[in-house]
Amino acid sequence: MHKCHRANHRSVKKQTVRIADVSDIWPWFNRNRCAHRKTVERNGVTMIKQNDNEAAMIASILAGATQLYHELIRPHERSVYMMALSFVKNEADAEDIAQEAFLKAFRNLSAFRAESKFSTWLISITLNEARSRLRQQTTVRMDSLDDPPDDKVVVSPALLRDWREIPSEAVERQEIRQMLQEAVVSLPTIYRQVFQLRDVEELSVKETADALGISVPSVKVRLHRARVMLQKQLSPLLKSANPGPKRRWLPWL
Amino acid sequence: MVIECKHVWGYISDYLDASLPEDIRQLVQKHLEHCEICSAILDSTRNILILTADERVFELPIGFSERLHARIELELQGTGGG
Repeated sequence: MHKCHRANHRSVKKQTVRIADVSDIWPWFNRNRCAHRKTVERNGVTMIKQNDNEAAMIASILAGATQLYHELIRPHERSVYMMALSFVKNEADAEDIAQEAFLKAFRNLSAFRAESKFSTWLISITLNEARSRLRQQTTVRMDSLDDPPDDKVVVSPALLRDWREIPSEAVERQEIRQMLQEAVVSLPTIYRQVFQLRDVEELSVKETADALGISVPSVKVRLHRARVMLQKQLSPLLKSANPGPKRRWLPWL
Repeated sequence: MVIECKHVWGYISDYLDASLPEDIRQLVQKHLEHCEICSAILDSTRNILILTADERVFELPIGFSERLHARIELELQGTGGG
């Protein structure tokens, strides 16, 4: 069921050094990762309701109730902006692309087919917008955006002897936030996009593949690399920013 | 069959997504039970994914939503639908 990982965070993580069975700890993270502070639940009944609701809104908008478009896009503002940002890495350009994408989606709303998800459709419009923007800006070929730079590349993780869990509350700290931001932004674009859709926006692997126009195995490979790259870069930094209690303590103090 | 740390690292992502075939998952599981390093790698990766997915890490620019809806409103007025 939907357990909030925040509530279980500490107790669950303490068991993970010696994991008895992955299924004991994964259900809540895997599909039901509680996206606290997110307005849309991404699975189960809520998702179905949201889809139905969106289909009904789109029908009304097309029938002339265009003001509903404001409501239709509210849950998607963030994901569209973040997707644009993963391309241009500049807030002003990303905002521009996001605005354009929402306008194009409105103008082409009649082309939306109910069998796909509105969010996936929006993401692909955003990607097209970002790609055409980049092509206008530069004459350099954009192959590097579409193809993995080196399929043979092996990414290895940072080696640690132990890991003291860092609770979500740590992101309240500016230095931690910045550390996380810089690590994600520094991922090569093809990895960052997959990471963004799958791990931040919590699309399924298939939805991620559809949105990016790549195969499911490609999504998996890129996702794996993105995750390991982040672990490699972040775990030593986070460990030193969040030092645990001293291991040796003097009982008489 | 026993697998080495390097093999486990190749399965990190699928393990976290619970998408490994059962026989491999069991091998990884067995390895994790006695390997502190791989356990720490998995724990840290999982922890980092939860942190980076937190909405507080990347926030929308201030006024983003207002500017967006203002622009959309212009479009709606333009099409005569507002």
